[in-house]
Amino acid sequence: MKLNVRDLSFSFEDKTILDSLSFSVKEGEFVSLLGPSGCGKSTILKLLTGVLTPDRGEIAVDGNAIHGISDHFAYMPQNDLLFPWKTILDNVCLYGQVHGSVKEMRRKALEYFPAFGLKGYESSYPSALSGGMRQRAAFLRTTLCHADILLLDEPFGALDVITRGEMQDWLLHMRQQLGRTVLLVTHDMDEAIYLSDRILILNPYPAGITSQLTIPDTDRNRDWLYRQGELRSEIYRNIMGGNHHA
Amino acid sequence: MKKYRQDLIPAGFMLALLFIWECAVRVARIPLYVLPSPLRVLQTLSAELDVLAGHACITLLEAGAGILLSLALALFLGIIMDCFPVIRQGIYPILVVTQTVPMIVLAPILIIYMGFGVAPKILTVVLMCFFPIAVSFSDGLAQVDEEYVHLIRSYGAGRWKAYGLVKIPAATPSLLSGLKVAATYSISGAVVGEWIGSQQGLGYYLLRVKNGYMLDKVFACVLVIIILSLCMNGLIRLYQYFALPYLNRKQN
Repeated sequence: MKLNVRDLSFSFEDKTILDSLSFSVKEGEFVSLLGPSGCGKSTILKLLTGVLTPDRGEIAVDGNAIHGISDHFAYMPQNDLLFPWKTILDNVCLYGQVHGSVKEMRRKALEYFPAFGLKGYESSYPSALSGGMRQRAAFLRTTLCHADILLLDEPFGALDVITRGEMQDWLLHMRQQLGRTVLLVTHDMDEAIYLSDRILILNPYPAGITSQLTIPDTDRNRDWLYRQGELRSEIYRNIMGGNHHA
Repeated sequence: MKKYRQDLIPAGFMLALLFIWECAVRVARIPLYVLPSPLRVLQTLSAELDVLAGHACITLLEAGAGILLSLALALFLGIIMDCFPVIRQGIYPILVVTQTVPMIVLAPILIIYMGFGVAPKILTVVLMCFFPIAVSFSDGLAQVDEEYVHLIRSYGAGRWKAYGLVKIPAATPSLLSGLKVAATYSISGAVVGEWIGSQQGLGYYLLRVKNGYMLDKVFACVLVIIILSLCMNGLIRLYQYFALPYLNRKQN
């Protein structure tokens, strides 16, 4: 197992947000955490990155327990959080600036610019880019971290429907090329079906995984996605069932 | 075209006002010791340029030193206040109160403490300029989106690296807007210090010509002070234009 989370519990101001949450992710696997807004999905990622500290439970990567901030995780927030005073090239090399290896990272970053649709914008400032481009830049910044697991927190949630669709197509295409272990948090059922190998369905108050679904490994495209009505209704039943339970 | 008009309107008003002033002085034959005409002020300015330039250099030096000292102090205190909320809560009200003490009271006291040299003038500038810089920088730091800090912390940056890479750059536009105000005040601050007691500088010159009822020289000196103050402000704008180009593009 690449990532193993066991009995993770977290409460905030007397409110239990997570209660004994357990799940695992295999090496190279793309896993989605799917659940309604406000069910504590983002909290899980904040616990993994070490920004928050759990009350109980264990997080292990490759069998080693992780405490606090570690370099196993690269976190991408919903808001692109590009620094307005840095050029796009400097923005995507942020990890290198923190760890004093800017030169080497710039060379590597420039190789990725065409694939991320950012060629020609190296010395532009974020304010000159469209929402989709900014999100791709934020994604490039995340992938350039020397981390083996990418944590994506509703990465396309702030985009309009059309741009979001384009970004999902693009990420589906990039997924194989990158070959990284990814944990995606989303409330978008189609996004989860379209992109993941496995979906973990999360129910709130306190958050727990009620069921999981493995998505068959087929050639995916939009047509395929539109034919997944049965999968969609199964997920829907699972989410509603969980709510009745709670 | 629209941009031109925006610049032309204030220039037109200014010229009209000066014209009325000039006419009024000539028609009503207002004596020099009451109100000099704008043209007379310009003549005096060109005649006195050498003397004024010498005094202006001293004033500029004091103002520049005062601004730099204020900036260093404000940066230091701003970061300390941001790091330790207790210090911020304790010092912020004191800072506000110090600004309510009239400078005309403080300047003579500083001369009693520090003599008639350059030091009390620089300190007068610091007392006037420190506050706007410190407050704008400290507010700028406080308003930085915590999500940026979380992001860089998750990348493995320590507390000080987070300041260098996120907090200080994010607070710089706010710092510069305080610095613009302070730079404009700095010349006046130095002049107040010189007025109270000195043998050189624009404030000393101003006091001397005022006592001699040479109002054309008073006005010429005020004109120099206005120009220098605007130049100090322009200097900060110039720095912002070249050092923070991302702010320029946003306006376009």
